[in-house]
Amino acid sequence: MTTPPRTPSAPPTRRHILGAGGALLLATLWPTPRGRAQAAPRPQQGMLVEGAQGAFAPNAYIRIAADNRITLILPNVEMGQGIYTSSVMLIAEELGIDMAQVDIEAAPPGAGAEITGGSTSVMTEWLPLRQAGAAARSMLVQAAATHWQAKPEECSTRSAIITHVPTGRTLPFGAVAAQAAALPIPKNPPLKDPATYTLLGHSQHRIDSTIKVQGRAVFGMDVQVPGQKIGTVAACPVEGGTLAGMDRQAALAIRGVQAVLVNEQNNTVCVVADHYWAARKGLRALKPQWHNGPNAHVTTQTIYDQLHQGLSGPAIVANTKADAPGVIARAHATHTATYQQPLLAHAPMEPINCTAHVRPDGCDVWTGTQIADRALDTAAELTGLPKDKIAIHCQYIGGGFGRRLEHEYVTQCVQFARQVPYPLKIIWSREEDLTRDRYRPAYVDQMTAALDDKGYITALTHRIVGPAVVARWDPAELTKDGYDEDLSVATVITPYSYPAYRLEFARREAPGITTAWWRGVGGTRGLFVVEGFIDELAHRAGVDPVAYRRAMLAHNPRALAVLDKVAQAAGWNTPLPPGRARGVAVQFAFGSYMASIAEVEMPEPDNVIIHRVTAVVDCGRVLNPDQVISQIEGGLIFGFSAALYNEITLEGGRVQQNNFNTWRIMRMNEAPRKIDVLLMPSAEDPGGIGEVGTAAAAPVLANAMAAAQGRRFRTLPLLSPRNNAADGKEHG
Amino acid sequence: MHGISKNRIPTLFGLLAGVAFLSTLPAHAAHAATPPANVENGRYLARAADCEVCHTEEGGTPYAGGRAFNLPGIGVMYAPNITPDKTAGIGAWTDQQFVDAVRKGISPGWKHLYPAMPYPAYARMSDAQVRDIRAYLATLPPSSKKTPENSVKFPFSIRSFMVFWNILNGPASSYPDDPGKSAEWNRGRYLVEGPGHCGDCHTPRTLSFGLDSSKTLGGSPVNGWRAYNLTSDKLSGLGAWSDQDLAQYLSTGHADGHGTASGDMADVVGHSLRYLNAQDIHAMVVYLRSIPPLRTEADMVERKTPPAGDSSLPQTTRGARLYASACAGCHTADGTGRQSSFGTITGARSLGADNGRNLVQVLVQGSGMQTATGVQIMPHFTGGGLSDRDLADIASFVMTHFTTATPHNMEQAVRDAKQAP
Amino acid sequence: MLSLNINGQPHQVDVDPDTPLLWVLRDVLGMNATKFGCGIAQCGACTVHMDGQAVRACNLPVGLIGERRISTLEGLDNTDPVANAVQAAWVALDVVQCGYCQPGQIMAAIALLRSTPKPTDEQIDSAMSANLCRCGTYMRIRAAIHHAAGALA
Ligand code: FES
Ligand code: FES
Repeated sequence: MTTPPRTPSAPPTRRHILGAGGALLLATLWPTPRGRAQAAPRPQQGMLVEGAQGAFAPNAYIRIAADNRITLILPNVEMGQGIYTSSVMLIAEELGIDMAQVDIEAAPPGAGAEITGGSTSVMTEWLPLRQAGAAARSMLVQAAATHWQAKPEECSTRSAIITHVPTGRTLPFGAVAAQAAALPIPKNPPLKDPATYTLLGHSQHRIDSTIKVQGRAVFGMDVQVPGQKIGTVAACPVEGGTLAGMDRQAALAIRGVQAVLVNEQNNTVCVVADHYWAARKGLRALKPQWHNGPNAHVTTQTIYDQLHQGLSGPAIVANTKADAPGVIARAHATHTATYQQPLLAHAPMEPINCTAHVRPDGCDVWTGTQIADRALDTAAELTGLPKDKIAIHCQYIGGGFGRRLEHEYVTQCVQFARQVPYPLKIIWSREEDLTRDRYRPAYVDQMTAALDDKGYITALTHRIVGPAVVARWDPAELTKDGYDEDLSVATVITPYSYPAYRLEFARREAPGITTAWWRGVGGTRGLFVVEGFIDELAHRAGVDPVAYRRAMLAHNPRALAVLDKVAQAAGWNTPLPPGRARGVAVQFAFGSYMASIAEVEMPEPDNVIIHRVTAVVDCGRVLNPDQVISQIEGGLIFGFSAALYNEITLEGGRVQQNNFNTWRIMRMNEAPRKIDVLLMPSAEDPGGIGEVGTAAAAPVLANAMAAAQGRRFRTLPLLSPRNNAADGKEHG
Repeated sequence: MHGISKNRIPTLFGLLAGVAFLSTLPAHAAHAATPPANVENGRYLARAADCEVCHTEEGGTPYAGGRAFNLPGIGVMYAPNITPDKTAGIGAWTDQQFVDAVRKGISPGWKHLYPAMPYPAYARMSDAQVRDIRAYLATLPPSSKKTPENSVKFPFSIRSFMVFWNILNGPASSYPDDPGKSAEWNRGRYLVEGPGHCGDCHTPRTLSFGLDSSKTLGGSPVNGWRAYNLTSDKLSGLGAWSDQDLAQYLSTGHADGHGTASGDMADVVGHSLRYLNAQDIHAMVVYLRSIPPLRTEADMVERKTPPAGDSSLPQTTRGARLYASACAGCHTADGTGRQSSFGTITGARSLGADNGRNLVQVLVQGSGMQTATGVQIMPHFTGGGLSDRDLADIASFVMTHFTTATPHNMEQAVRDAKQAP
Repeated sequence: MLSLNINGQPHQVDVDPDTPLLWVLRDVLGMNATKFGCGIAQCGACTVHMDGQAVRACNLPVGLIGERRISTLEGLDNTDPVANAVQAAWVALDVVQCGYCQPGQIMAAIALLRSTPKPTDEQIDSAMSANLCRCGTYMRIRAAIHHAAGALA
């Protein structure tokens, strides 16, 4: 039986735990590479190696108590992607324990930046977590062997019991934990032969299922600290505006309201009360008024206009191979298309929240965060306390999708909590969550291909116009030219290879809005454009879209294999019932390959029924097959919501969508009736999976809709009227 | 902050009031020694007359004005600040000036008030009653909020034009009681025709925007909504409602089998009718019962009773699927309220009446009603992922699932509702 | 003081009658299984039962509840076969991802199976489409409901 992760009140130290009763604590000493580039497997195909997207320094702990309780302290945060389960599997496989013997805890932020995002967790932990398990096992076995005066090679481990095979004697791990703790940590412990795995590669139930179906999982929203009060906030609805006035007395007159707090710096007000409803009523009575400031005139059109203007004029050349513009200038035939994508909100099911208790001598923060180290930094900076007086307690996250790679809500909460003596839990209303999100940027892309006489690409130019998210989020990662390498995912890094290529980036930061990472990051952004464009070219060439892609993938066996398999599994060459059509997409992103086929019906031009989606995934070695399937299913549905329905719009600088009445999420009765996910066997190192499905959703659906309607869908959301206009027409 | 209703614009056009005759001043409006004003009575009457809704900007300070009235073809007018502030409000007015403004539409300086202010109806209140309202308003905290300038088109921009309007359309007199009727009936008539100014919405208009007395309370479109037929016609009016239903509806905004008030009517219940005492509600029922039946084809819709149970919604059409996802959380499969009876929509003829006009309005505008247990909210569904067609499909489904109406051209109806002022 | 019957226990709460049940459960009584997602009855995260019917606690003022019996996920009786079958199916099929919507999904599914013991796909869609799942676990929810129905048969 597993228990919910507890968070220690202060970061455990090796000495602290060792002192606590003869337990083995293994704070493994694996490398903390700078930048994901070293950690992520390098793509074998594609023209550019995926760029460094952020520092990454994983940490994990194994704690084995004398009573044989085994606790794994997990470095990545669980937000639905199943990382707790696969992390435990990695350790347990090598350590020789059963899944059911494990208690888990969320790790406090370590010394390096701790990030869960970009589908990197499994990629970066694949080796170190196994090494952690193997090192601990070898120390335990050594301790037991010493006790028996036997050879370690004669011992086996299973279910946390060490057996001396020749004599049949056994010892539980706990019995030798103290002795093991005194041994040196082996540098390169031998790892199991994958052929002998009993956990990895075999579907394991999620270790968080039971507590989640019983309602016992503690999300940030559920944190209960004795004496806490509940606050709810309103920030100026127009970014950059300032507080003009409010009716403090009216708010304080509401029963249960305790305080009205103002943060002048961030132009945010907070009403604190005994419970959320009183706080919300207080905020309503407070009626904060705002000077809207310089962004009061920003509209969605302002942003799109700015992006379209960026299609001409100067740009950064981000990647180039041979003389693509020259080939295009001399070509007999060329094809150009412009794609547009909107601002998107994250809208995780759990609205933003954070709890903080600031005292003169310490500060505790309880929250769900994908970036605990930044939470720690901001708390230290705001309170002026040393970092060892600050504890960040990481909670389960009710959906991250990139939203919790931001930590401005932690900053906000600590700023308000500093003003009160009690622990303060801040809960954003859904309205605040949607209108004060940090949004996936809007982009405009233009691609031009030179075509040979069969309609295949001889050169490709691609210009991306949009913001560089990394410039705000991690300025050090912006290249010195001013390029955001995330934009290379699914544009430069594709399964295809072109004889000549040029990628340009015209940076345009959207006014009046803050942009951020969103599930699938560059992959989601780029794949819609590139796979849509390739599909256009196939139609233009009069070649079957699968055959057209096959011809471009001859050099790429993994991509070819997923494509062939999906075509077969989805019955690509079999006749469809009348009124239906299929579309295909192929991708390489986050270290994983996938090909997908959607089967749709469009009874009317603005009515899409998704009957079936088939996906074949090669994500290297699969750790927990059923969870890979689950991530693809969910990722597709998440992506379909955005592809069909979602667009953040602004009027007078204000975001117009503020709850699920206007931010439409795909429902059960709109979801595909059937999603089949097939996994390719592979011995390659594992790739990421959490964002793979989302990246595929828009292109595979757009291509199926194009097949159904004979017109192109180059603008998201797909039912945007813009797709009916001239630039939606096929072969445009 | 209930900001769910997108565009809750009050009874604008409908308040262009008047009765099509000119009369003398009411007898009981006369002078004599003025008794001290009764603040409590003033509060009650201010509610009965629903002053607060029009004189409060959405989210603004009560009675501080600023609510915009966008009168098609006329311009934009702003309800003034009627708090006791000496410059921004009415603090400097004499009682008589206030009485003249409320009962005759004449404000200090002899400027004629535009008939968005229902003074022809209010004229049925006595001077003393209006002074009571004044006394109540004087107890409010003064607000220095300035009322924006009206932007009214010619010829309405000439206030003297209103003199002619008044000659044509009002103001009316206060009636003497009809001795042939019961005291209840007379009280009911006073409330309905006077402070309640029900006819301002529920009676159709003549070409000069006066009330069409031949169709009194026969139902009328107002701001894109349908103000229902209040006559005692059985098929299109209130004839089939029990007294109890009617009283429940007036005092709570909901009656089982007849749905829940929305749009402007939700405001009327939330800010006005729910504060009336039981005798007054009863008196209104008695009076409404006596309105001669007038059949209006548009309002003739019968209810249907669909199967109950969350699993019973058909999933074969888009409208039905959207209803299951966006609507059933409050309204359930058979149209009964899930959380509370305020969510019960079955039996509401206005779901289907006038080609689903109010149904479409509520989808487009949303609605919110103050009740004893908080604001009951119906969110609007425009401006996000639902297209006009989606809303049209929801409306068609609701109309055919819960009523006998035959929806037509619903997408156009949705577009029209979005254009409504 | 209002009295409420929650999971078979009487509770006295001192709040305004317009306070939604959701916040009484979470912030006054400390029962956190019922989740906040939208506050306007659009997502179903706050689904509880009132006299056996699935209702949205975020939109249910406590002043309207009266004598009616409320049950929440915490209060599910582990001898209740339907609740057990549903939770077991959820674990067997690994439905959850982030899990935040799942208390509401489970309460909705239990109410569904009590009234419709062998639901078809269409009936499941009818009853469950008012519950959002941002992680997109719909396929598994549907399958788990069939699974639970099978186990109860
Ligand atoms: S929180 Fe109640 S339905 Fe969303
Ligand atoms: S499991 Fe995350 S919202 Fe449903």
